[in-house]
Amino acid sequence: MPKDSGIGASSKRREDVRFLTGKGRYTDDINRAGQAYAYFLRSDVAHGRIRSIDTTEAAAMPGVLRIFTDEDFKDTGSLPTAWTVTSIDGSVQQEPRHPVLAEGIVRHVGEPIAGIVAETIEQARDAAEKIVLEMEELPAVTDAKAAVEAGAPQVHEELTSNLCFDWGFIQDNKAAVDAAFETAHHVTSLELVNQRVVANPMEPRCAVAEYDAGDDQYTLWTTSQNPHVIRMMMGAFVLNIPETKLRVVAPDVGGAFGSKIYNYNEEAFVTLAARILGRPVKWTSSRTEAFVSDAQGRDHQTKIELALDADGMFLAFRTETYANLGAYLRLFATVTPTYLHGPAAGGAYRTPLAYVNVKGVFTNTVPVDAYRGAGRPEGTYQLERLVDKAARELGIDPAELRRKNFVKPEEFPYQTPLAVVYDSGNYHATLDKLLDLSDYAGFAARRQESAARGKLRGYGFATWVECSGLAPSQLIGQLGARAGLYESAMVRVNPTGGIQVFTGTHSHGQGHETAFAQIVAEHLGIDEKLIEIIHGDTAKIPFGMGTYGSRSGAVGGAAILKATEKVIAKARKFAAHILEASEEDVNLVNGQFTVAGTDRSMAWAEVALAAYVPHNYPSDTLEPGLEESAFYDPENFVYPAGAYGCEVEVDPETGVVEVLNFVAADDFGTIINPMIVAGQQHGGVAQGIGQALLESAVYDKNGQLTSGSFMEYAMPRASDLPCFVVDHSCQTPTPHNPLGVKGCGEAGAIGAPPAVVNAVLDALNNGGYDVPDIDMPLSPSRVWAAMQSAS
Amino acid sequence: MVEISMNVNGKPVSGAVEGRTLLSAFLRDDLRLTGTHIGCDTSQCGACVVHVNGEAVKACTMFAAEADGAEVTTIEGMANADGTLGVVQQAFQDEHGLQCGFCTPGMVMSAAALLRDNPTPSEAEIREYLEGNICRCTGYHNIVKAIQTAAAKLTPVAAE
Repeated sequence: MPKDSGIGASSKRREDVRFLTGKGRYTDDINRAGQAYAYFLRSDVAHGRIRSIDTTEAAAMPGVLRIFTDEDFKDTGSLPTAWTVTSIDGSVQQEPRHPVLAEGIVRHVGEPIAGIVAETIEQARDAAEKIVLEMEELPAVTDAKAAVEAGAPQVHEELTSNLCFDWGFIQDNKAAVDAAFETAHHVTSLELVNQRVVANPMEPRCAVAEYDAGDDQYTLWTTSQNPHVIRMMMGAFVLNIPETKLRVVAPDVGGAFGSKIYNYNEEAFVTLAARILGRPVKWTSSRTEAFVSDAQGRDHQTKIELALDADGMFLAFRTETYANLGAYLRLFATVTPTYLHGPAAGGAYRTPLAYVNVKGVFTNTVPVDAYRGAGRPEGTYQLERLVDKAARELGIDPAELRRKNFVKPEEFPYQTPLAVVYDSGNYHATLDKLLDLSDYAGFAARRQESAARGKLRGYGFATWVECSGLAPSQLIGQLGARAGLYESAMVRVNPTGGIQVFTGTHSHGQGHETAFAQIVAEHLGIDEKLIEIIHGDTAKIPFGMGTYGSRSGAVGGAAILKATEKVIAKARKFAAHILEASEEDVNLVNGQFTVAGTDRSMAWAEVALAAYVPHNYPSDTLEPGLEESAFYDPENFVYPAGAYGCEVEVDPETGVVEVLNFVAADDFGTIINPMIVAGQQHGGVAQGIGQALLESAVYDKNGQLTSGSFMEYAMPRASDLPCFVVDHSCQTPTPHNPLGVKGCGEAGAIGAPPAVVNAVLDALNNGGYDVPDIDMPLSPSRVWAAMQSAS
Repeated sequence: MVEISMNVNGKPVSGAVEGRTLLSAFLRDDLRLTGTHIGCDTSQCGACVVHVNGEAVKACTMFAAEADGAEVTTIEGMANADGTLGVVQQAFQDEHGLQCGFCTPGMVMSAAALLRDNPTPSEAEIREYLEGNICRCTGYHNIVKAIQTAAAKLTPVAAE
C-alpha cells in the first residue's frame, strides 16, 4: 500500500498553494523603496570594435540617473569559470577575460555595452536609443569547426587561437582503442550534430540590488539556482565584496534548467550600480534579451565510431567532438563538454575500450553552458544513435543488440574504461519494463495498421546512464574543479517541536519544500507539517553549492539526513536524562522516545521543549538547545539509468512527425516522492522531445540569432506532445549515499532525443526510405527532404 | 496620462496610466497584483492570462486604458471566498500540474475559461486550447490531467 507520509509518499506539494493563488514571490515581484531601473544597450553585431560611444544626449534625457560603460567596471574581476581543463599536450585551457560590460570589442550579439539607470524602465529604454555608438563590424565566426580552421576570425585577439582546449579522455588508452578498430569485424561510424538549444525557463532572469551605506551591506535578490555560489563568485571574485557584506537571496525561481547557475553580467551590474547611485536598482530581462544573454546549451559536432566483433559484441568506441563554447566562458563552460560528458559516454554497455576527444572552441555566439543534463545528453545521443545504426547495419534487433552488450546485474560495482565505477543497476530490468509497458510485442501489428492509413510507424529505443550526484570533492579536485561540491544542512528544533531545515540547495520547481520535509519526517516519525524547509537566502542558510546536475536529493538530501541524525542523537540524551535511562536503551519510534522494556516514554515535542528548559541537567556534559548542522561530501558519484521507447508516425506526404507514445522506464534508486519524480520525468522527456523535433538556436553566417524569440524558436506546446508513460519501479538504491537516491531531474532530457530520432529513422528505413542519418530538429521539411533524397 | 477605473477581483480600482501602459503592467506595477506574470514580449507564452469581462485575455496584448470600466479577474481572485483553493486550483495541486509555478497563473486562468466554454473537453481539445500557454516544466501531462479532473468535479455542479 502506498505510504501517506515520509519517504515514498506522494505528498502533495505545499509550495503549490502560494503558486496557485498568485502569492509566489519571484524576483520581479520584489520592489524596493526608491528603486531605479536598469536597461542595457546590447551589441547588435556578433563581432565589432567600439570606435566611440557618446552618452551625452542620452544622459540628459528625462529621468536618467547615470549611464555606465566599461570605464566604470575596469576595477572589477572577470566573470569566472569554475573548472580547469587540461589539453592533450599538457597545456591548460585558454581563459579570456569576461567583462561585465564590453571593453572595446563586442564578441556576440547581445553582449552588454552600456547600462542605463533611470527613474522608470521606459525612461531607461528611451535613453538607450539616444546613445551614439560607432561600431566597426569585424568578421564573425559561429561554427565550431570553422573557427579552428586557418584564417578564421579570432574571437579573442589575445589568445593564440579559438581553441580553448583539446581534451583526450583517457589519452593513455587511445592507442589500444585505435588498435581494436584495426582488427574489428565491423565498424559503424556516424557524424552528427547535437544542435544548440535555449533553456528558456518561463521566468526571465531578474536582479534587484540594494546598498545600505550605514553598515556597508549589499543585498541582491536574483533568479539563481545557487545563491551562495553567486555570493562567492560574483561578490568576492568579480566585485571584491567580502561575503560578510553581501547577502544574496534567490526567492521563488520560475524554472532554470541550468541557465540560472551562472553569475551573470547583469547581477554584477545592479549590485555595483546600487552602491554608486545610493538607490536600489532593478533589472528584468525581456524574453528577447534572454535569447541573447542567457547561457545556451549543447552545440556539439561529433564523429563517433563503434567497433564490433562477429557476434555483435562492442569492442571499442571513440569520439571526436567540436564543442561550441560561444564567445566567453561561463561558470561550467569547460567542465560540461568534458568531465560531465566523458565519464558516462559509454552508457549502459560493457564496451572494454573507449576514448573521448573534445575540442572546446570559441565563436562569436552567446556563451554555452550546462543545460538540463549538461554533457550527458550529448554523450547519450551520439552513442544511442550509433548503436541503432549498428543494429540496422548488422540486421540485429536494436533491443537485442543493447541487451547482449549491457553491463550485467551481477557485475556491479562496474569499472568502466572511462575512469568511473558504476555503483549499482539492472539495465536488463529497465529494458524489460520498457518492452512490457510499451507493448513492444504488439508493435508490428500497429505498424501494419499505420501502413493501412498511409503512415510510416517507427519505434525508437534509447538507454542512458547518468554520472550524477555532483560531486565527490576530492575526486573532482583532481580533475580540475576549483570548488568542492558537498552540500550543507542545518536542522533547528524549536521549543514547541516545530522544525526548520536550512538547506544549501535551491528549489526552482523541484518541490524541495515538500520532499525534504518527507526525509526529516520519516526519520523523526512526526507529521511533515511540523517541518519547514528554508532555502535561497545566504543570510539564513549555511554555505551550500545549490541545485543542478540532479544533485539535490543525492547530496542535499543526504546532508539533511546527516543533520537529522545528529539532532536525534542529542534529543536521545535529553530523553535518557529525563526518563532516567541509559542512552542505549532509549529509542525513537513514531515520534516517541521510549525506554526499551518499559512503558516509560516521552513525545517528540516534550523532548524538544525540555532541550530549551535546562533546569536540571548535567550542564558539563549536556548543552541546552537542539540544533545541528552537517556538511555532506559524497564518497562517489551515483548512476541513475533508464530505458526509453518512443513510437512515432511519419506522414510521408508532409514529413510531419507525430509522437504517439513515449515510455520511460527509469531506475533512480530510492524514491522520496513518486508524484514529484514522475513530474520530473515528464518535464525532462518533454524537453528532450522538444530538442528532437522542434527547438534550434539558429545563427546566420553573420552571427545574428535568427530564432531569437518565441515567434521563431519552437517551444514544445501541449499539442506537440502525447501523454507519457513513466515508471520508476526498477530500483537499485545506490550504496554511495545513505538515502540510496540517484537523482531524476535530468533523465528525460538525456534519454528522449535519441529515442525520438531512432523512432523516426526506424519509420523511414522500414517504410522504404533508405535514410542512414538525420540531424535534429526533425522538422517536417527536414524529414521530407531526407525522404526525397533517399528515394 | 489617462485616468482609468475598473473592477479587479470584485474591487473597484483606479489609476492614472500612460497610453502605452499595458494591462499586465498596470496589474503588476500599479496594483501590485504580481500573480500575473510576464514570460515573454511577443504575446506567446500566456503567463499573463486574466479574464476581462469574462473572456480569457493575455494582459500583455491589451492597454490598461482599454480595460477602463471592465470587470477583470486575476489569479488572486480565483480562490473560494473562505480562502481555500477553487476547483481548478485544487485540481492543479492534486494532479501535480505545476512545478516552478511561473506559467501556472496563466494556465489556471486559461483552464477556467476553457471549462466555462466547454465543460467536458476531450484531451485533444484541452491540448489545442492551451496553444497559447507555454509550460517548460511539466511537459503538460499533469496540466491536462488537472483540467480533466477539474472538469469532472465541475460538471455535476453545472448540471444542477
